[in-house]
Amino acid sequence: MKILVAVKRVIDYNVQIRVKEDGSGIATDNVKMSTNPPDDNAIEEAVKIKEAGKATEIVAITVGEEKAQETVRKALAVGADRGIHVKVDGILEPLAVSKILQKVVDKEKPDLVFMGKQAIDDDCNQTGQMLSALLNWPQATFASKIEVKDNKLEVTREIDEGLETIEINVPAIVTCDLRLNEPRYASLPNIMKAKKKPIEEIAASDLGVDVAPRLEQLKVEEPPKRKAGIKVANVAELVQKLKNEAKVI
Amino acid sequence: MAVLLIAEHNNKELRPFTLNAITAASQIDTEVHALIIGHNSAEAVKQLSEIPVVKKVLSVEAAHYENFTAENFSPVIVKLAENYSHIVCSANTFGKNLMPRVAAHLDTSQVSDIIKVISPDTFLRPIYAGNAFATIKSNDTKKCVTIRPTSFEPCESSGGSAAIEKVEAGEEFSNTKFIKREEIKSDRPELGTARIVVSGGRGMQSGDNFKLITEIADKLGAAIGASRAAVDAGYVSNDHQVGQTGKVVVPDLYIAIGISGAIQHLAGMKESKVIVAINKDGEAPIFSVADYGLEADLFEAIPQFMEELNKLNTIQK
Repeated sequence: MKILVAVKRVIDYNVQIRVKEDGSGIATDNVKMSTNPPDDNAIEEAVKIKEAGKATEIVAITVGEEKAQETVRKALAVGADRGIHVKVDGILEPLAVSKILQKVVDKEKPDLVFMGKQAIDDDCNQTGQMLSALLNWPQATFASKIEVKDNKLEVTREIDEGLETIEINVPAIVTCDLRLNEPRYASLPNIMKAKKKPIEEIAASDLGVDVAPRLEQLKVEEPPKRKAGIKVANVAELVQKLKNEAKVI
Repeated sequence: MAVLLIAEHNNKELRPFTLNAITAASQIDTEVHALIIGHNSAEAVKQLSEIPVVKKVLSVEAAHYENFTAENFSPVIVKLAENYSHIVCSANTFGKNLMPRVAAHLDTSQVSDIIKVISPDTFLRPIYAGNAFATIKSNDTKKCVTIRPTSFEPCESSGGSAAIEKVEAGEEFSNTKFIKREEIKSDRPELGTARIVVSGGRGMQSGDNFKLITEIADKLGAAIGASRAAVDAGYVSNDHQVGQTGKVVVPDLYIAIGISGAIQHLAGMKESKVIVAINKDGEAPIFSVADYGLEADLFEAIPQFMEELNKLNTIQK
C-alpha cells in the first residue's frame, strides 16, 4: 500500500499569537513555525503502518510557500520516503488545497491519504472531507485508532458522544486526531539522511486548479478581553461571592 | 431563497444543539427549512415540526441513514441545495464531518464554526483556537456554514406546526460501513453542555487525588474537566480534556483547580461566563482570566470548599 500524507506549516502551537494592529491578520515575521500538530500524528501513523510491513511507500506532501518545504523535510526525517511540494503563494482555502491534492492523487494513485483533522491556524477542519468528496472516496475523520486489514481499514473515530468504529474500503482518506499516537522525534542521523531524499517541486499553476479565494477576510481582531477579576482571601469568601454576587451556585 | 438547516438527532429525538443551530439559521434568513435524514426517526421529525421558527420540515428516511454516515448524507443535501442560499449545521463532530463534503460537491468555500451572524454573507469566527476573531465575507453564491452551538441560544422548541414533506432517499455509499458506537454513559452532565464544569490540572498530583474533583462536581451537579497536563499524566481519561486539542466549553461557571493556564487550556474555557481559579502559584496565567482567584494549596482549599458548599441551604442545579 502507498500512503500519501499531507502536512501544513503553521505557527508553532506554543507561540502566543499576535494580531496585527491594522487588523489584516496575524503577525508571522520572526515567529517560530512548525508542522501542524495532528499532521505529525498522520505521518507517525503512516510510518508505523510501513514498519508493520503493511505499506510500501510513504509520500509526504505540502501545499504552500517556499518555506512550507520544511514540513516535508521533517516528515522525511521521521520516515517518509519522498516528498512533494506544490508551490503557491498567498492565502489558500481548504477547497483550493483539496483540489490541488486531488490532482496529485490522480497522478500518484495512493491507496490512502492521511492528514491532521484540523489545522491549528485557521481551525477550518475541512480539507480531508473535501478531498474525500472530490475523489468520491470513503472518509474516516477524527481517527484515534487505525487497524489495517487487507484492503480495508477499521477506524475508531472520536465523536462528541464517545467513540465510533467504521470500516472503510481502500482507497480512502483518514484525518487524524491527536490521540491516534505519540509522534516520534527525528534522530540526528535520520535528519541527515532526509536531506538526501528527493522532494519534487510542482507549481500549482501547472496543475490547472483555480486557487483564488472565495472568502474575504475583512478584519482580524483580538477577542474581547475579560474584565479583570479579583483575588479572594479565603474559601468562605469565594463561596459567598459565587452564591450572592455571581449567582451561579 | 431560504436557509436549509441540517438537523442532528439520534433517530429517537433531536440532539440539543440542533436548537442552537436553528437560532443561527434564523438570524441568516427567517425562512428556515429543516432537513432531517434518518431511519425510523418519526419522533424526531415531529419534534422538528413543532419548532416555531421552522417553516418546513424535509424528511428523508432509509435504513442506510441510521448511522449518520457523511458519505450517505451528502448527496441528499447536495441535491436539495439548489433551492437554498445557505446550508447550515452545528460545528460539532456531526457537522464537521458532514459539511465540508457537501461544500466540496457544491464547489463552495465553507465558513466553519461561526460565533456570530453579521449579515447573510458575513460572519465572525474564532481562529487560532479563539486567540483571534476573524470577520469573513463569503462571495460564493451558495454558502455552507457551520455554527458553534454554544455561541447561539437554543430556539423555542414547542408551539409550531411546520408542514412535513417527504423527500426521496439517495443511494447507499457502499465503501463505508458502520461497525459500532460506544457512547460514554454517565449520570453527570456532558462536558460540552454542562452548566458548571470543575476541572483539575497537574496540581492534583495523582489520579487518586482527582476524587476530590469528583466530589465537588457531584455536589454541584457539574461535569468534570481536565487540563492536557492532567490527561497526559494519566490522572483522568482523555475525554475530559478541555482546551484547543480537547473540548471547548462555555459553562456558566468554570472552576479550575491546580491548573496553571497554558494557552492551549485557556483556548478551551476562557469564554465561560464566570471563571474561578484555585492555585497556589499566585503568578499562574490562569488568574489573568479568572473572575475569582484564590491563591491557596488546593489540598486545603478543596475540603474547605466542600464544607462551605455543605453549609448552603440550596445549590442551583
